[in-house]
Amino acid sequence: MSFSVTEPRMGTKWLAGILVVGYAIITMVPLLWIIATGFKSPNDSIAYPPVILFEPTMEGYVNLFTDRTRATPQMLKDAGPPETWYDEIAQNRGTVITGPSRYGERFLNSVIIGFGSTALCMILGTAAAYAFSRFRVPLKDDLMFFILSTRMMPPIAVAIPIFLMFRNLGLSDTHLGMILLYTAVNLSLSVWLLKGFIDEIPVEYEEAALIDGYTRFQAFYKIVLPQAATGIASTAIFCLIFAWNEYAFAVLLTSGNAQTAPPFIPTIIGTSGKDWPAVAAGATIFLIPVMVFTILLRKHLLRGITFGAVRK
Amino acid sequence: MAEVTLQGIFKSFGATSALDDVTMTIPDGSFVVLLGPTGAGKTTTLRMVSGLDRPDLGRITIGGREMTGLTPAQRDVAMVFQQYSLYPHLTVRQNLEFPLKSPILRTPQAEIDRKVGEVAEILQISHKLGNKATALSGGEMQRVSIGRALVRDPSVYLMDEPLSSLDAKLRSDLRIELKSIQANSGATLLYVTHDQIEAMTMATHVGVLDRGRLVQFGTPREIYQNPVSIYAASRLGQPRINILPADVFGGAPPSATHIGLRPEQIVQGQGEDSMVQRVERLGDQTRLHLTFKSHDLITVTDPHTNLKEGDIVRISPRQPFYFAADGARVA
Repeated sequence: MSFSVTEPRMGTKWLAGILVVGYAIITMVPLLWIIATGFKSPNDSIAYPPVILFEPTMEGYVNLFTDRTRATPQMLKDAGPPETWYDEIAQNRGTVITGPSRYGERFLNSVIIGFGSTALCMILGTAAAYAFSRFRVPLKDDLMFFILSTRMMPPIAVAIPIFLMFRNLGLSDTHLGMILLYTAVNLSLSVWLLKGFIDEIPVEYEEAALIDGYTRFQAFYKIVLPQAATGIASTAIFCLIFAWNEYAFAVLLTSGNAQTAPPFIPTIIGTSGKDWPAVAAGATIFLIPVMVFTILLRKHLLRGITFGAVRK
Repeated sequence: MAEVTLQGIFKSFGATSALDDVTMTIPDGSFVVLLGPTGAGKTTTLRMVSGLDRPDLGRITIGGREMTGLTPAQRDVAMVFQQYSLYPHLTVRQNLEFPLKSPILRTPQAEIDRKVGEVAEILQISHKLGNKATALSGGEMQRVSIGRALVRDPSVYLMDEPLSSLDAKLRSDLRIELKSIQANSGATLLYVTHDQIEAMTMATHVGVLDRGRLVQFGTPREIYQNPVSIYAASRLGQPRINILPADVFGGAPPSATHIGLRPEQIVQGQGEDSMVQRVERLGDQTRLHLTFKSHDLITVTDPHTNLKEGDIVRISPRQPFYFAADGARVA
């Protein structure tokens, strides 16, 4: 029904397509580089000029997930023939696997903290946004400004007070502490984004539900929530990406117990020389959850980020 | 079904007063239409009864039960909103089922299916039950929204201009349908409109609202034949009542400043001369636009009249209304 929009000409379409593909390739190069490096041998990974075609090996992944010790030829002989494919890869490098590395548990920490803080942030954010959107809250505008103002400085600027606070409260190096911290940082963004989405939902729907015999909470749950799904999904992606990738606080506040993957991955370099394939393997695996999460919610995300722009 | 009473209801939004001392009794089983232009307080009155808004002052009872402090769900009212307010993420069937599935009613599924089928039949939306609520035309949405109220059996139905976005044929069909549903079920119905035909055809009682005040309450005939003011007289009747200075015909009581003449209060063929400005032929009715002593007035004449522009018609008043300077009826 839009009369002002004309069908672009063929040449224009091709040009636009080429530009988009070109841009996509440029942005994909670092990603492909990381993925490829994960499957390279250590020599290939630092070869100059860089090798594009190489013989893939799982060595980086084996090194990522295992702890190994250097073995003398005598020790290797004593150990007998390798039992598994990863033992074989380790022995070909003159090492024996002594046990699993800590990457698995670091990764699990990231999952717990990332998704935990995102979930908490969505629950609190939706409730707060709904209240700000629907109820007569005293000093509403001032409160909203205050909430936004918590993001006007880089969060790391308050690292020292947070560090001391966490130490006194016993939250240092705990999952709960990191979940609370990331929730606190993300909450202002999610309240603001979600309030915008909830504002767009006409209040008449809830009024109809109230008349139809439902309580306000039931009306919220059955009517508002399904319609806010788009907003919640896109806000959740933003929150997850921040919590997932956060590095500075994770270095500062976690070590043995609740350390997430981002501070762990660089330590791989230190344990067995400059093992770039293992680092790349760690980064590749680390990318997967956010990618999967984003792909699952991508329809919502696309509608979410164009929300408001295309209305009416 | 129940009687609804409003006693001394005041409501203001900021500095503007929306309802100013509204008192009325909606008898059990009556069809009450609230008439008035935009901003008269019709919708606000509905929202007070529904419990979506609370009065600043005054009390409301439904079936003798005090409503102050009760939520809409506790009041057992059904409401049709002007903007449909269908739940967009649900299908038509789910929309119609929604009130029946509420924690208050918890209707058994077989009963739900029966009622939904019945109402869908009446409103001619049976073939749309599987559609998403957003995939309907405006008229269909409006019907679903009426249906969502009709599936229930509440103490009182509240309807806010439910027929406003329907085409003429459907509107007259549904007028009759609504009236017969109400008459058969004995439901109490409070209905907001600015369409006087809806008021005249469906109402057992009409409440005329003017800037938040209830200026007259009575049967449609009472309000038509015995209006209390110029304002109330202007709400009903097509063409509208003609308001002229009281002295144009003579014989006005001393306190009157205006005379009000409905078409049937103007006798043609006797009295003083007026000139035909325009003849408006509507088919079943022909309207005459006349100029009488430099005042314009509109009346109705024989549908097959031979009168034409420039002709002279003699007119005289018959049992006219007289109004004082403030608009109040004096005779």
